[in-house]
Amino acid sequence: MPSLKDLKNRIASVKSTQKITRAMQMVAAAKLRKAQERAEAARPYAERMETVLASMGRSYATRDDAPALLKGTGKEDVHLLLVATAERGLCGGFNSSIARMARDHARELVAAGKTVKILCVGKKGHDALKRLFEDQIMDLITFREVKQIAYANAQEVGGKILAMFENGEFDVATLFYSRFKSVISQIPTAQQLIPAHFEKGEGDEERAYDYEPDEGVILDDLLPRNVSVQIFRALLENGAGEMGAKMSAMDNATRNAGEMIDKLTLSFNRQRQAQITKELIEIISGAEAL
Amino acid sequence: MADTIKIEIVSPEKLVLSEEAQSVSVPGQEGYFTVMGEHAPVMSILKPGFISVLSTSGTQTYYVQGGFADISPDGVTILAEHAKTGADFDKSEIEAAITIAQQELSKAEELADKDLAQNVLDGWKNLLLEAAQSGTSGAH
Repeated sequence: MPSLKDLKNRIASVKSTQKITRAMQMVAAAKLRKAQERAEAARPYAERMETVLASMGRSYATRDDAPALLKGTGKEDVHLLLVATAERGLCGGFNSSIARMARDHARELVAAGKTVKILCVGKKGHDALKRLFEDQIMDLITFREVKQIAYANAQEVGGKILAMFENGEFDVATLFYSRFKSVISQIPTAQQLIPAHFEKGEGDEERAYDYEPDEGVILDDLLPRNVSVQIFRALLENGAGEMGAKMSAMDNATRNAGEMIDKLTLSFNRQRQAQITKELIEIISGAEAL
Repeated sequence: MADTIKIEIVSPEKLVLSEEAQSVSVPGQEGYFTVMGEHAPVMSILKPGFISVLSTSGTQTYYVQGGFADISPDGVTILAEHAKTGADFDKSEIEAAITIAQQELSKAEELADKDLAQNVLDGWKNLLLEAAQSGTSGAH
């Protein structure tokens, strides 16, 4: 049984923990709003890029002279997994759910006899995967010092991947990130980057477009750009998701700390009363003995 | 009003502009061209240059560092990685660019080169003008 002093100390320490988690929750809430706005502002560009590419890509993908970024290298032997996670922890299952998805995917590929290469964007994904896939992890890109992810950051990652693709270092690239659905729900998502993969849109009427200079040149220009754009979008969605997850994780932590304080206070009071009773009995029995 | 065209300029970070315009001129791969309402569908890569949007409220100029234009009867969508207005630049930056453009213009010998250099110069001058306007209006 802990003494009264011990209980008092514990209550004080839980209280200060609660203060910290509450502060973190409020910081996350403030950052979330900003991150969410940025993610939403970035959507029109990525969506338009996708529609344009999809309408062109579908008619072009089957042609022999289609760019490799669209139709692939013809092989599926080497897979590059791009795992985008947050830089910091304390955000519930956010990082681990992305890492888990990437891990399962990598295992499947290895079991199917493919070569897997992993490129981590964000420190936490690297931490989670480095023990299992030490040899496969090629590099870690962190934006720890970057306060706000800018398009230039995504371009940096995109450029790296494209350079690797040019050198024939992989055949298929898949991007893992967390789609921001709402503050309480982020969905880990796998998206194939190379070769570009388009959802079959319905009701897309084919328009007779004039192309300037011509279709192939436009695709050659747009496809590499699309890679960076998709990465940028993923990073922003991740940014918003991380803050959302952090907010709810810290909310939980604050509530748990509150419960703990209540419990500790209850046993502290019980013990204090028990001690008073004990002292009273001692005084009374002492007086009776006289 | 008939014959207007909807123009949207989007950068990866945000929607820069969305409005109804009378005409839009863009720096296409094979030279500047102007788009008005009911234009035939065209997709074009853009070179670094200036987009001028002429609407009832006046002309707005944007500098783009390359991009892509999707022109359809519904409107013009411009995807540009960097789309900046005069207000986004420092005055000194624009002035430096104007000096460079003037040098280019004096060096240019062929007519086509001259045209292009003149275009670039005009674009920067427009930006300077708009930057000055937004500067004064911002002060009040």
